[in-house]
Amino acid sequence: MSVIETTDVLVIGSGPGGAIPAYRLAAAGAKVVVLERGPWLETQDFEHSLQIGTYTRIVDYITANGVSIVAGNCVGGSSVVYFAAALRAPSFVFRRRDASGRRIWPKSFTRELLDRWYDVVEHTLPVAEQTWDDVPYAGGVWAAACHHAGHTCNPVPLAVNLRECTNCNWMLNGCRFGAKRSMLLNYLPAAQAHGAAIRPLHEVQLISPAVTPGYSYAVSYTNVDATDYRLTTGAGVIEAKVVIVAAGAVATPAILQRSAVTLGGLPRAVGRYFSPNGDRVSMAVLDERKLHEVLKLERKPGVAYEAFPIGKPIGSMTYDYLDPKRRAGDRYGLQQIYFPTITNILSEARPGGDWFGPGKERLTDRWRSWLTLLAMVEDGNEGVFGTPPPTGAFIRVDSAAALSLLTYHPTARTRKAWARSDRAIKSIIEKDRIGTHLDWSATPNALTAHPLSSCRIGDDPAISACEPTHQLRGHPGLYVTDGSSVPTSLCVNPSLTIAALAEQASRHIVRYAHQVGINVHTDQTPPPGSGSLHHPK
Amino acid sequence: MSLTRRQLLWLASIGATGMSLVDAVTPNSDAADARPSAGPDGLTSDPLTMTIEAFADTLIPGHKRYAADYAVAGVSHQAGAVQAGALPFMRFGPVGVAPALPAFVAALDAAAVAYIASHQTSVDPTLPPFVGLSYHHRKAMLDHLLNGKKESGDEQLFWFAFAGLVFLAYHTAGYLPTAKAVRDGHPGLKAIGFPKPDRDGLWRFPDFSYRRKLARRHPHTTPGGNPR
Repeated sequence: MSVIETTDVLVIGSGPGGAIPAYRLAAAGAKVVVLERGPWLETQDFEHSLQIGTYTRIVDYITANGVSIVAGNCVGGSSVVYFAAALRAPSFVFRRRDASGRRIWPKSFTRELLDRWYDVVEHTLPVAEQTWDDVPYAGGVWAAACHHAGHTCNPVPLAVNLRECTNCNWMLNGCRFGAKRSMLLNYLPAAQAHGAAIRPLHEVQLISPAVTPGYSYAVSYTNVDATDYRLTTGAGVIEAKVVIVAAGAVATPAILQRSAVTLGGLPRAVGRYFSPNGDRVSMAVLDERKLHEVLKLERKPGVAYEAFPIGKPIGSMTYDYLDPKRRAGDRYGLQQIYFPTITNILSEARPGGDWFGPGKERLTDRWRSWLTLLAMVEDGNEGVFGTPPPTGAFIRVDSAAALSLLTYHPTARTRKAWARSDRAIKSIIEKDRIGTHLDWSATPNALTAHPLSSCRIGDDPAISACEPTHQLRGHPGLYVTDGSSVPTSLCVNPSLTIAALAEQASRHIVRYAHQVGINVHTDQTPPPGSGSLHHPK
Repeated sequence: MSLTRRQLLWLASIGATGMSLVDAVTPNSDAADARPSAGPDGLTSDPLTMTIEAFADTLIPGHKRYAADYAVAGVSHQAGAVQAGALPFMRFGPVGVAPALPAFVAALDAAAVAYIASHQTSVDPTLPPFVGLSYHHRKAMLDHLLNGKKESGDEQLFWFAFAGLVFLAYHTAGYLPTAKAVRDGHPGLKAIGFPKPDRDGLWRFPDFSYRRKLARRHPHTTPGGNPR
């Protein structure tokens, strides 16, 4: 008898990319273990506080060369800290080609194909369509400004229980009211109900060939200290017949790159083609008098807006620039989004600088009249990961701060796309001087909460690490199902697409599991209902 | 590597970045020899405190706290980063930067000495060099350190890390539970108009929406509210 722990399926990461296949495989009958790097927090653990040591337990800020990335670090992954926008990617995205004219997505992937899986995810989370009564003031202002400038604007669908939501605007800290539909409320409890074991504070370091007959891969992990994530408290190995890597678009390539020798080589595209989803943040400071006179807005007597911190962080978005007839590279989503005050250093009092001193102080005094905006453009997948550190996905400076060896230098094409989106926002905000459009930083560097594409699917082995089934090329039974598998930026927030792709991939993985002798049924299992996790305290 | 304050924001928020860089900094004895300033009720400020406060006050200016307040330049009529707790934030344990503060001050003073020499400006020799500069010169010097195109790499990372701490002290009161900070009138949160929590320390906004249609939806919107 082997002394090494074994399981049918090992899932690395518990965000949407891991939780969904964990449920599907467990529900089909497989023995599933989920290893999560971060801690396990429950609804009552999420604090409304910006004190260091609270939200920093579950959010990582990863600084790389040319891009900074916000990501979740807890059971449930980024679904715990995200802003819950649940949008389907527009149809043109799936037909995108790279600068050399090569098709990027698998040819068989279309919006129509994905709609089936979007349906499943929307039903499961579930997703709610906001009415205008649900859109907070900031989203209302953006909608009114778009309308005034001759544009349409839509309420954004959200993975939020709108009846339970208190509009507190603390989504980055995790939802204290259990209203945000994170993986903690649906797929993970359903996976657990079918026997899946969820283990927090387990950081996977290496994947090697298994030594136990009948098993394919040995996954080595270290145990992470609960209070100081830089410290290790133990280590172990689990062997599995199927391994699903869903550690996020920063950690997944690091784990695989570190395993290149033990796995006998990797596809060239592992750790290449990283995309920050084309994210570009800018802001406006609004003229309250003009909002009242021009846009006819009034939220209470004598006050037009002054409501930047109120409500759900994402309210409205114009789809006008997502027209598939627009030129490739000139298509983007423009979305109203709130950023917590931890980012206030980034706002600039005038174009091109002045982010500290008296001018910035005057801008700060008008904080409640700010409006922050996110453009999501077609970028060029310019990110490349360097050699991974000895352990982990990055150099952890402190519990929430990390340095990555990722390099992201946007091409002129991407920078032009950002410039176009900037001009579009400016034309809306500054029409009749309802506000002033300002940089969130004068640099061309990217800030994103949407890391993608570092281990992407595709038809062409030269530019994709995974087959359309999400199996890593040349490595049977090793799958990638998180944001790193998404081939391109999406022009919308990516969580729903990551989840839909994970649902689709799960069908392939269940079939593979059946083929290699794991006792699973291959019928589509029903979507899980809502529930709550059993925390093994 | 190329560094911007956006990249460095979070590193700054934690501050530990400075820890790996402090060894490269040569301590400057000028600050240690400077006289302490006298505050009300016999309160004294040591050179390290004064220098950190002057740095914070340059980024987010405030009013002078007392007549002989050399650290605060007094170019603002409202409370600034010093009053908002920049120093207690930097000394807050979970931030992890407290051991690096002497080296930070030494580096800032060294940069100030170089600035004074190159700009042929005169300062009060009894004050720490950076504290001795006027606000105009303090800001010009930090502009060079934080925005100068010639400045790059680890050195700029070092300055941005500490600038980030100042902003977090003012804009988040990150050394305090936020509900308590708001209730107690934390100057930064008060200045920006951070909303007040409910009695249980949690935020809820029953009134959050204009509750009316403010734009036409895109004509090709799907029944679920998505783009096509």
